[in-house]
Amino acid sequence: MKEKIADLEEKARRLRVAIVKTLHKSQSGHTGGSLSAIDMVCALYFHKMRHNPQEPAWDGRDRFVLSKGHAAPALYVTLAECGYFPSEDLMMLRRLGSHLQGHPDSKGTPGVDVCTGSLGQGLSMANGMALGLKLDGKDNRVYAVLGDGELQEGQVWEAAMAAAHYKSDNLCALIDSNGLQIDGDVSKVMNVSSISDKFKAFGWNVIEIDGHDMGQIIAALDAAEAHKGAPTAIVAKTVKGKGVHLFENKASYHGVTPNDEELPEALKCLGCFD
Amino acid sequence: MIATRDAYGEVLAELGGENDKIVVLDADLSGSTKTGVFAKKFPNRFFNMGIAEANMVGTAAGLASVGKIPFLSTFAIFAAGRGWEQIRQALAYPKANVKVVATHGGVTVGEDGGSHQSVEDVAIMRAIPNMTVIVPADGEETKGAIRAAAAYKGPVYVRLGRNKVPSVFPAGHKFEIGKGVVVVPGTDLTFITTGLMTAQAVIAAEKLKAEGISARVLHIGTIKPLDKELVEEAARETGAVITAEEHSVIGGLGGAVAEFLGENCPTLMKRVGVYDRFGTSGKSDELLKYFGLNAETLIEEAREIVSRKK
Ligand SMILES: Cc1ncc(C[n+]2csc(CCOP(=O)(O)OP(=O)(O)O)c2C)c(N)n1
Repeated sequence: MKEKIADLEEKARRLRVAIVKTLHKSQSGHTGGSLSAIDMVCALYFHKMRHNPQEPAWDGRDRFVLSKGHAAPALYVTLAECGYFPSEDLMMLRRLGSHLQGHPDSKGTPGVDVCTGSLGQGLSMANGMALGLKLDGKDNRVYAVLGDGELQEGQVWEAAMAAAHYKSDNLCALIDSNGLQIDGDVSKVMNVSSISDKFKAFGWNVIEIDGHDMGQIIAALDAAEAHKGAPTAIVAKTVKGKGVHLFENKASYHGVTPNDEELPEALKCLGCFD
Repeated sequence: MIATRDAYGEVLAELGGENDKIVVLDADLSGSTKTGVFAKKFPNRFFNMGIAEANMVGTAAGLASVGKIPFLSTFAIFAAGRGWEQIRQALAYPKANVKVVATHGGVTVGEDGGSHQSVEDVAIMRAIPNMTVIVPADGEETKGAIRAAAAYKGPVYVRLGRNKVPSVFPAGHKFEIGKGVVVVPGTDLTFITTGLMTAQAVIAAEKLKAEGISARVLHIGTIKPLDKELVEEAARETGAVITAEEHSVIGGLGGAVAEFLGENCPTLMKRVGVYDRFGTSGKSDELLKYFGLNAETLIEEAREIVSRKK
């Protein structure tokens, strides 16, 4: 287990390097929220989810919904690392003609099942997947990653209500609670706390973790799978821009990419010297 | 050259000082929509509603019903998209005195991609009864339009852009809701344009003149109500019309002009815009070229339509 965790931590570090390089190259895209979510995305793709990069549409796969679609770089570097498409494609992020759109687009990118980018819609889609899979008697699971600012959208709570009502215990929502959105602190723009209490009140099983602690992430994902009769929300305390001190906890790095001066320092922080 | 959203921020802050009934709402994009300029000056009349557009529309309706003049802003895709039915029910149906000023309209949003490029908001807003729909050509017209919207009693949708655009109108240009403006006179055909395409039509008309083609440029700042008089005059006098907009050819300016002329004055016509497809990631200028939203396309279409006239 210790080895597994160390292995995942190393993977996440490499994925952070890929995020920084990709965003530096594209000079457009979202840095902070990609770095805060990457540990959870990494644990899902390299530990928890059943999926097959050779056959993206494999029927037996678990499903993933990046509801906070602006964190697309976190998903893209992970899919590339898995082998869904060549990692050179990452250098084409957000370019005209590229299959890597600014926000996830299921029409063009292997491994992407749903179009997201307009916040607040992902959990509804994920619950729809969960309901459909159950109808077919399948035991596949559905995972959705949401932002804490995103929770301000009313549709999220409509989805939360529906998922609990239909006992979608094959659904797991991971809340990337980094405390920041575009205009500043989530608590100051429009307070959503307590996130855990809200999900509990809607009938969800709730697990609180440190979203950068690989051991805790894995334990929570396992516990979510074991929990029957209700969907699980993993409320993960995270740091926006995690891993690169230049970007950490800064709302200004929400949609700003590393520039030429910041790149070497950012890579150094991530233990990358090439 | 300034972005229409920058002009919006400026004039909104001015208006705030002139009329204390004006209140402003935003949905976590106040830096991008430029309502932050107002927020800084009048913090107690600014409400950041968080990422919750539908709630923002309803709240604005409530504010209007107790006598405030709310301006609410977010990106066009989220205003017209996530707020559509709320705009219809809570603003347009009761004729609430609310101004929806949507920024980042069209494909020039750029790299964010198709999910963020609103090419159908004008069509959606135009279809709602009681709604006034305005798409300014430049910064100067934006200032006039925002002032006119504040003075007008009722719901208004103003669509602005993200990027700097060339100026079409001189400083102090007066904007009148529902009135088009002939920017360039001409006799062989008319470019009926809105938003950033008006500046492109001016360039096209200039170049066509050298080829002996006289193109009129009729700028339509208010898509609804449409200035039927000027549109009909242009159709009758020049016998050929090319509409151009940074929007789908379905339901926007092209749709409005086609509907009107089809019933009242059938005219040789062509619509320049986005042809029934979604946007895609890319740089703004690349996308304008990719979708043919530039003077070059207008010149080609003008040559074509003039040859068809004969
Ligand atoms: C419906 C909708 N409204 C507004 C936006 C613009 N937007 C993109 S990211 C963002 C802030 C998201 O904050 P959060 O969910 O906390 O994400 P994170 O901090 O994890 O990046 C906003 C307002 C959007 N994409 N969708």
